[in-house]
Amino acid sequence: MSSFLRTAVAVFWKDLAVERRAKEGANALAFFAILLLFLFYFALGPDSDRIRAALPGLFWLAFILAGVLGLGRAFALERENDCLDGLILAPADKGAIYLGKLAGTTALMLAMEVVFITATGIFYNLDIWTAVPRLLLVAFAGTVGFAAVGTLFAAMTAQLRAREVLLPVLLLPLAVPVLLAAVKLTDLALAGEGWGPAWPWWQLLLGFDVVFLVAGLLTFEFVLEA
Amino acid sequence: MIQAEGLTKLYGAHVALRGVTLEVPAGQVLTVLGHNGSGKTTLVRVLATLARPTAGRGQIGGHDLVEGRDQVRRLVAVVGHSTYLYDDLTPRENLAFAEALSGRRADRRRIDAALTRVGLDGHAGTRVRALSSGLRRRVALARAMLREPRVLLLDEAFSGLDQDSTKRLEDYLHAFKAGGGAAVVVTHSLGRALAIADLVAVLAGGRIAAQAARASLTEEALQQLYLGVTDGTA
Amino acid sequence: MHRFLGGLAVVLLALGLWTGLGWAPRDAVQGNVQRIMYVHVPAILTGYVAIGLVLVASVAYLWTRRSAWDRVAAASGELAVCFVGLTLATGSIWGKPTWGTWWTWDARLTSTALLFVIYLGYLLLRSVVEDPDRAATYAAVLGIIGALDVPIIHFSVEWWRTLHQPATVLKPQAPSMDPVMLRALLVNVAAFLAAFAYLAARRYRLLALRAEALARLVGSP
Repeated sequence: MSSFLRTAVAVFWKDLAVERRAKEGANALAFFAILLLFLFYFALGPDSDRIRAALPGLFWLAFILAGVLGLGRAFALERENDCLDGLILAPADKGAIYLGKLAGTTALMLAMEVVFITATGIFYNLDIWTAVPRLLLVAFAGTVGFAAVGTLFAAMTAQLRAREVLLPVLLLPLAVPVLLAAVKLTDLALAGEGWGPAWPWWQLLLGFDVVFLVAGLLTFEFVLEA
Repeated sequence: MIQAEGLTKLYGAHVALRGVTLEVPAGQVLTVLGHNGSGKTTLVRVLATLARPTAGRGQIGGHDLVEGRDQVRRLVAVVGHSTYLYDDLTPRENLAFAEALSGRRADRRRIDAALTRVGLDGHAGTRVRALSSGLRRRVALARAMLREPRVLLLDEAFSGLDQDSTKRLEDYLHAFKAGGGAAVVVTHSLGRALAIADLVAVLAGGRIAAQAARASLTEEALQQLYLGVTDGTA
Repeated sequence: MHRFLGGLAVVLLALGLWTGLGWAPRDAVQGNVQRIMYVHVPAILTGYVAIGLVLVASVAYLWTRRSAWDRVAAASGELAVCFVGLTLATGSIWGKPTWGTWWTWDARLTSTALLFVIYLGYLLLRSVVEDPDRAATYAAVLGIIGALDVPIIHFSVEWWRTLHQPATVLKPQAPSMDPVMLRALLVNVAAFLAAFAYLAARRYRLLALRAEALARLVGSP
């Protein structure tokens, strides 16, 4: 295994190990997601058609809100005992560290998304189960794109005082293309449409993923060592 | 081994370091004395490549602190009040992670040997969160040892250490010196850090106010040097 | 140089005012309202130029670490917000008589609003970070990421509108423009670019003087 991959895997594994031990973080995130489910229900009322129509937007609103919290946590962890300095001091490729943090956040968000999708099916009493494989595919692609930009800005804002507000303010407008494409693709997946109409949106979403993964790999070093 | 010429660091309008010039040959220890706010921590951060000097240049092992920072990082270990430890991992896991970050395969036997050397063999599998602060500092020391550094940078590494830990740190520093390593030890107290020094410098207001070989100074001369300089600027 | 740029901008803006309000013909469909185009279109074009300059200066800063590039990025970033903001304001004013509403989720308006928010965030980030070197680096990264996002936002919002409800979006400009109108527009574009160059140069100078003063302050014992 090359040292680049070894570093990336080590960072990823370390983040998962910490999340597994410090259960309060992951659990609180899942709890937050389910709470959102209730709030959406109160906000929209019991009309199941209305909920069904709003569902793609609700999914991604929940994913993104929880994602911002998850990103903040991923770097709050590195602030303890100045671990961020420890990462900088390591003679490792900073791109590998970026990839590891990105993978960790993506895994955490995906776990939360699975909980949310399952809870939605159960609590809203909707038959979404056949669409689940495609939903997960969309969730994965959208989450990677969101986390690709998010990891960069979370690393940046983690070192600032106004981080809690600054992260969403910087990140959310940049992530609008992910939101638009993912909501549309979720809508098509739930409707059981063919792949045809989804194709341009897949291109957009995957294009976003690739552009910002590369940009993140190249610029993370500057953010970390600023 | 360590050379710096005119190192200056500004944070906005605040001057943390002002033209610091120093040299530490292999096998020697430079102890830098200074009060809080004198620029000690900034000096360590610049030498460790954690902060980029605004002006001036420095080298460690012949590598520039800015352009050659990746090579510098392979040679240097930092021990200080920040432990760089993850509280939810065990000491063994923390060291394994540090090894992987250095691009090395984590070798369980080497890691356990380092932990034994700092007297932590009984705690290798306990979460860092459950350890006392003295034991945490020892884990950090073990991690530094594991890197087999050529240069050590110690930032107040002796303050708040229990007797046993102090002894282990001193033993390690002696062995490190004997092995040809160079170290910069910054501290605000005229204590343990001086016992091991070959060179002494006093930092005040970001400037090296005085510099001398340890052997040329009596204890009183040293105290006067330190107090005289710091009283003048405080 | 500054004086020349300033003079050029004033002359061109005056000329642009006259060509836009007097010389160019009244629009056959929209009437005099359409004349706001002579501000609206040059503003957004200048805004794009400013965003492009932020991108170039940001890459150059990360590459060379010269604070001069950071000052170029800072000056352009502020002007990007100004000109994109002007676009939004004029678009809104134009929208009221033509579409009957101050705001509509038209594709262009929406993506322009997003640009405005992103570069407002850019200025916010600059103001929040205390250490100037760190502020410059962070801003440079955001300047690059933001510029990369501009085309993606543009396409995603365009598709999002058209694939939802095709062709209901009003297109203010006729597909082919009257040649006199086009010339009047070009004069105004030149005027806005000259104004941008002048303002950016002045802002750059101010930032350079401030850095110089700071260096002198710090250099003195």
